[in-house]
Amino acid sequence: MFFNHASREIILKIVYYGPGLCGKTTNIKYISEATRPEARGKLITLETTAERTLFFDFLPISLPPIRGYKTRLHLYTVPGQVFYAASRRLIMKGADGVIFVADSQEERFEANLVSMEDMKESLSAYNFKLEEIPFVIQYNKRDLPNVTPVEELRAALNPMGVPDFEAAAAQRPQAPGVEETLKEVVRQIMTRKQR
Amino acid sequence: MRGRTVIYEEDQRQLQAICEQLGREAVARAVFLLDKNGQILVASGETASIDVTSLASLVAGTSSATSSLARLLGEEEFTMQFHQGLRDSLFISMVSDEHILTVLFDHRSTLGLIRLRAKRASHALVEVLEAVTNRSEDPQEENIFDGLTDEDIESLFGSRL
Repeated sequence: MFFNHASREIILKIVYYGPGLCGKTTNIKYISEATRPEARGKLITLETTAERTLFFDFLPISLPPIRGYKTRLHLYTVPGQVFYAASRRLIMKGADGVIFVADSQEERFEANLVSMEDMKESLSAYNFKLEEIPFVIQYNKRDLPNVTPVEELRAALNPMGVPDFEAAAAQRPQAPGVEETLKEVVRQIMTRKQR
Repeated sequence: MRGRTVIYEEDQRQLQAICEQLGREAVARAVFLLDKNGQILVASGETASIDVTSLASLVAGTSSATSSLARLLGEEEFTMQFHQGLRDSLFISMVSDEHILTVLFDHRSTLGLIRLRAKRASHALVEVLEAVTNRSEDPQEENIFDGLTDEDIESLFGSRL
């Protein structure tokens, strides 16, 4: 968390994690589309020629001031493909909250589990455990026909019982679940300070 | 991972002054100081036409990738990077374990001059940044989020659209 008392600014870093093609980039692209231009910065996507995230996506969002402090969210996504593990570690550094985006498609069930374990390893590289950070799970692609029931996904991915949301990030005009997921992780970050 | 960086006015004033002096002495277009998480601490000089937020996140990403590359090759760190453009060039150097100095310059300056001045400025920056890095619990930041309700947080997002 970044506090600049001189410029009266707070910046929270939120990282979207999950297996390849689960919808991390789609999540923040929707957030970018749904945010007034004055309240967001440029969406940066570092991707391969096949439009797969290569290093990270980045979107800065401005929220209204809190007690006179400008509040900004820096949203990052990690590359989901398995062989980009080193890059994922780098992007996780300094995260104030994490959103795990699960791919609800039946054939991606195992990939979700692998990615969740990978995320725990990324956290442990910085001596953190999942229980210690603001964390939310999103079950994305609920609009597709071949999806695993949420109860099964929840049992496999959410034994801790953290807040979780169903979503369809690719749906337009509104992508159900995307904003709710982000709000919850921000709520956890901010109210956590009160404990 | 959930580290905390707290900058006070005096820190900001000192860091700004050092960067502005560097800009003058190195004849640079702009000088930026940021942390490894991509947070900008100082942006001085000709920055009006630059998306500083994006620049900071990209420089931080580049620097972290370069650090990993160095370790892969058995080096402790690649402390400097230089990107040469047709009109402007970018000099990036690690000031400390957690901070990155970035200098944008054009034909009015040279890489050698930038390196020389940046090295001197880095020593001064480190002194200030050590105090920032070592700072412990800040009672002010605890008060900022105190008493926030779920409705307050919900209303923060309503104004985005």
